[in-house]
Amino acid sequence: MQIQINGEQREFAQSSIALSELIEKLSLAPQRIAIEVNRQIIRRDEWESTSIKDGDRVEIVQFVGGGNVRQAVNGRQKAGEQMCAFLVIR
Amino acid sequence: MSTPATALTDQFKVAGKAFNSRLIIGTGKYRSYDEMKAAHRSSGAEMVTVAVRRVPLDHSSESFLDHLDPALQILPNTAGCYTAEEAIRTARLAREALATEWIKLEVIGDQTTLFPDNEQTLEAARTLVKEGFIVLPYFTDDLIVAKKLLDAGCPAVMPLAAPIGSGLGVQNPTNLRIMREQLPDATIIVDAGVGTASDATIAMELGADAVLMNTAIAEAQDPPKMAEAMKLAIEAGRLAYLSGRMGKRLYASASSPLGGVVR
Repeated sequence: MQIQINGEQREFAQSSIALSELIEKLSLAPQRIAIEVNRQIIRRDEWESTSIKDGDRVEIVQFVGGGNVRQAVNGRQKAGEQMCAFLVIR
Repeated sequence: MSTPATALTDQFKVAGKAFNSRLIIGTGKYRSYDEMKAAHRSSGAEMVTVAVRRVPLDHSSESFLDHLDPALQILPNTAGCYTAEEAIRTARLAREALATEWIKLEVIGDQTTLFPDNEQTLEAARTLVKEGFIVLPYFTDDLIVAKKLLDAGCPAVMPLAAPIGSGLGVQNPTNLRIMREQLPDATIIVDAGVGTASDATIAMELGADAVLMNTAIAEAQDPPKMAEAMKLAIEAGRLAYLSGRMGKRLYASASSPLGGVVR
């Protein structure tokens, strides 16, 4: 079966897998992560009883450093940075 | 003479939780975890923001949260979200992962300026408050939007002082002052725009209850030292605000007696 995990297609031999087993297979530390299956949050105590099937979409998130994150996304962001430099030079 | 109000005895409260520090800081852009930890320590901050992102699948990464002092109040944010729907989804995931109701709501409207989308922010705030979240919304310095966010049940509002990461300093002193005067009982946290210590002082002198910053500390040449400067700047600004500054005059007013001058 094929499952989409965090936007990536992954192939599994079996036809379904418990969410808790999937976390183990992916070698993820289960603390302080959250999981959505087909956009529904699956609570930690339901990981074992939730089975993931072909075509399911799984999102697994964690925390990373950030304040208010300024992401350099594309050329427009660059242009913004240059304009910023102009503003600073008075 | 009244007892001197030291910054330390003057606590800052949000949603019933008291903080001794009026500085809230981010955890992004540091050169190393050690540098971040040192900056956190010297800042005296008791609340830090973190972002929610997809777990990388191909290597096991240690939890970022392990690098934070467990005494710190963690404030997950919805940074990077462009719609109310994305922000609500991110907030729910953050609550699930961390078992916290606290969320810094950030809905961005434009990639170049990273200015907030006040309309989407308000929509997300209303939904999240109903779901039991403690919503601290980042928004453009608009008094009417501030009122609506407070009416929606946000325990504080977080107007920007300048674009995120710009370090331009407080660009909107009149709007912040009007917000303070018109909303005397609201908790106002200035979020984004501070570049150096004097900017933080200005925000506090304008009557902000606290200041949230990330880049000004993380991108300083010496982040722990800048973090300490920010701590002192915020205390100075708070004390100055509580003291009530003198009135401004166009002309000089002598400080020494005018009579008895030796001629």
